[in-house]
Parts: sequence; C-alpha cells; structure tokens
Amino acid sequence: MLSIKQKDDIRKKAKEFPGHRSVSLPALYIAQSGKGYIDRKDIEEIAGILSISYAELYGIASFYNLIHRKPIGKFHIQVCTNISCSLLGAEHLLTRLEKKLGIREGGATADGIFSLESVECLGSCDKAPVMMINEKFHEALTEKKLSRILASLKEKAE
Amino acid sequence: MEELKILLKNIHKDESKKLETYISGGGYEALQKALSKKPDDIVETVKKSGLRGRGGAGFPAAVKWNFIPRDCSQPVYLIANADEGEPGTFKDHILMEKDPHLLIEGMLIAGYAVHSFQGFIYIRGEFAEIAQILEQAIAEARQAGYLGKNILKSGFNFDINVYRGAGSYVCGEETALIESLEGKRGQPRLKPPYPAASGLYGSPTVVNNVETLACLPFIVREGPERFASIGIPGNTGTKLFCISGEVNKPGCYEFPLGVPLLNLVYDVAGGIRGDRKLKAVIPGGLSTPVLSAREADVLMDFDSLAAAGTMLGSAGVIVLSENASIPEIALRTARFYANESCGQCTPCREGTGKLRLLLERIFLGSGEADDIRRIMKICTSLKGISLCPLGDAAFLPIFNFVEKFHGEFEALIR
Repeated sequence: MLSIKQKDDIRKKAKEFPGHRSVSLPALYIAQSGKGYIDRKDIEEIAGILSISYAELYGIASFYNLIHRKPIGKFHIQVCTNISCSLLGAEHLLTRLEKKLGIREGGATADGIFSLESVECLGSCDKAPVMMINEKFHEALTEKKLSRILASLKEKAE
Repeated sequence: MEELKILLKNIHKDESKKLETYISGGGYEALQKALSKKPDDIVETVKKSGLRGRGGAGFPAAVKWNFIPRDCSQPVYLIANADEGEPGTFKDHILMEKDPHLLIEGMLIAGYAVHSFQGFIYIRGEFAEIAQILEQAIAEARQAGYLGKNILKSGFNFDINVYRGAGSYVCGEETALIESLEGKRGQPRLKPPYPAASGLYGSPTVVNNVETLACLPFIVREGPERFASIGIPGNTGTKLFCISGEVNKPGCYEFPLGVPLLNLVYDVAGGIRGDRKLKAVIPGGLSTPVLSAREADVLMDFDSLAAAGTMLGSAGVIVLSENASIPEIALRTARFYANESCGQCTPCREGTGKLRLLLERIFLGSGEADDIRRIMKICTSLKGISLCPLGDAAFLPIFNFVEKFHGEFEALIR
C-alpha cells in the first residue's frame, strides 16, 4: 500500500510531463522505494492515480528489470555477466557470492539481508568485473575486494 | 600515440562536474555564439562539420534535424539518448558523470537549432547516481540562466527533464525509448512514421546520442571546418573508443575517426593481458560482427568497418585473446539478446530463443551434427524482418562467430 507521501510524490511528479502517463515509471520507482518491491495493491493504487487499467500497469511493471515484483534483500547484489566482465572472471565471482551467501543466483538470504542476481552489461566495462549493490557500482572486483564489501555490509546490517 | 581530447578535455579536472569548472574551460561560449545566429545557420554549421550520429548508425546529424517539419504547430521535443546499454560501451557514462554541462550545452544548441523548448535525457535505470549528477548540473545551469526562460536574454526558452529508464536494453532503440518515456512498455514502433514526424506524444521529436550532442559545443565554438579537418573524409571529428576485455589498460580513449584498430589494442590499451596472442576483436559493441585477428588490421571509422563487413556501432571494442572460447561468447551473446528481446516480433523472439537453445546444447556437449547448419539458417532467414534491429543484432554477430571460428564449434559437437 502506498503512503500518503508516496501518492503526493506521484501526483507532483506527474505535473513535470506534458503527458501525465509518463509518470508510470517514476511512480513505480516511488512505490518500491519503501520496501524494495511493489505488490498488487501498489499497482492497483498507481493505476487508479494514472487512470489506466491494472492490467496495463502490470504489463509495464513486468517489462522492466529494475521494477521488482517480489521481495529483494536489503542489499540487492547485481553481478554483470556480460562478455567484458565474463572474460575477467565474473562467473567465478558469482559462484563465490553464491557460496558465501548460501543462496543461488535469483534468490535471497532467509534473513532478508542479501539477494543476488546476474544481470546484463552495466556500462562500466573498463572496470570489469563489475557489480551493483542497490544503486552503487562496485568495480574492478577481486575475491579479496568482494570479501571486504560483504563484511562491511554485514556489519551495516547488524 | 597521443589522444586528441575534445570531448574528454574536462574529465580529469578537479570538480569537473561543476558549472564553474566547465565555464573556466570555455563552457557555454558556444551557446552564446549559437544564440547570436539563426537556428538554420546552426543546422548548416553542423551539416558542414560532417558530424555523424555516435549512437551506432552513423547517420548524419544535420540530416536527421532537417526531417523536423518547419513551422509546425506542435511542440518539438529533443531527447538525449543516454540509455547506454550496448555491451562493451561506457562512453556516455563517463561523459555524463564527469562533464554533465557538456551534454547540457550540446542539448541547448540542438534544441535551438530544431526549435525545441523541451529536452529530455532518457538515462538507463542503472545510472541512478549519474541521473542525480545531471539533475544537479541542470539546477546549476537553470540558476545561472543557461536553462529556463529567455536564456542569456535571447528570447530562447529551453528546459531539460531527466527520465530514468528501468532496465531494458531495447529502450536504446529510439521508438522504444519514446514509448518508455511515454510511460509504456518499451516496445519499438512500426516505422514510418519516424520520430521526426510523430515521436514523443505524437509530436516531432529528435533523438540524439549523448556523444553526438557533446560534439556540438566544439563545432559551434571552433567552427565546422576545424571539426571536419579531424578524422578522414566522410568520417569527421574525434570519437570515444571504449576498450575492454583482455587488454592491459582498458578505458575510454578519444582519437580522430580512422585510427587503426591495432594501434588502439597494442599502443593505447597496452596490448593483451599476459602477452597472450590476439584471437579476435568485437569492434563496435556486442551487436557488431567479430573480426578475427587477421582481419583486425582496419581503420576505426564508419566506412572502413562497413567495408570490412562489420560496423563501428558504439565503438565498444571488446578484445579477445587466444584463451577466449568463441562458442562460449556466442552463447553469452545469444542469451543476452534472448533476454532483451521485447517479444513483440516473432522472428526476433523465437529466433534468439532458438539460438540460445542450440548454442547451449552445443556448449554442454550434446550438440547434433546438424546444429551448426540450423544456427546459420536462423541467422540468415530471420534477418531484417522485425520492427527494430535487436534480432539482427543477435543474428549478425552469431553468424560471424560460427562462420569465422567454425572449428571451435565443430570440436564441441564431435
């Protein structure tokens, strides 16, 4: 369910565009900014604000990779496995992450702290291998660097 | 080999993203100069410069602008395509992160030339932090009177809105981008009508790549002749080359168009890691056909690469050493396009999916003798029959991987 502030933010954002429907993507981002994903109720409410059908907005939400329709971890780890990162060991790092977190790619830890996903090119290939945690890039990864990042996140989560 | 830094001239400065830094390097002088001329003069200037679009197709920028109808009653929109997603490409990322005012000034000049009062930067969703940098730069420019109403007292009004995509490669295609900016699924449109006739909200729309727009301040400030004197005939100006893969010094480097590919690999990027031998180069992002080591003695410009049977594309140069497995790379390529196909056109949706299945089973050692022929048939018969080039961007490179390195595929099947 959207908060009053989220609804206000969506209405305010809609005024920035010549066509108010343009706000559907910003609205989905606003909706998932709280709990990290959107549920059926969120989609219903946004569809109501935008005067479009639930089905249409669901179609939009399901089209885009960064709109999550199921819970993700507090720290959502996205590892690029496209060519430039792959050539420099991205798959190996992904396997290491799976082992360290005890989850498979696409899953989340039981405590809800971490989720892990392999993604397509993140546009930072000169610093391969690359991953994103939430909205932050982590580049030129090595096993050592990976361990350090995970340790500091675990500390933050406690 | 010395770089020629025109677009990258500010990026190593301290606080390069700040307005003051940009102005101290001659920033916004080109805007002032442009506003003292007629919009048509700017179009003419860009035409004389020979500037070709940096997004991939290499279409002349001024010709694209000229498709916008004159004296039309509808608003004209300008969109900066910052949906940089072509694997192996990271130039717009660097430009926007380090020198956002260069893009803003470029958009102002383009907006003035095509009589637009509203610009959008459509930026890929993953670049959330860069979107914030752009927002800050836009606010600074607005504060200083470079954006908004009556800019530099010229009577020209223009503003820019940043729109964040949400993770979809196909949205780099201009009509898919427009659909996405309208708040819909990013599915390419049937063309014609082209965006110049009916684009965003049904209005005439120009979509230019970030790097294309970033060339404009130099062209206006230094004159089109100066720009045209850089590079080789028909391929003018400098270009940002993104070099990644198995090289010692990956990075984004700026050189005149027509620089030799082998110089980029060995001199600029420091050669191959571990002194391994070169096997192949993908010259312009993953959607461009691979060049084998013996074909790699080419010049990096639109026409030379077309003559070599490939494309400059986004100039995302991916270097592969003798250690790289071409079937594995072909499989990764097929997976990418199958993942990113929007599913609208059957040849693309089914073709990329089928390629993925065939390459997967070859890679896992359960390929059949006829699988190579099946792959080639898909790549040739499904080419050019979808609404956008995404399917072809899989078919063309995979065809070339298999054709040029068929021994590696056959070895996995036997």
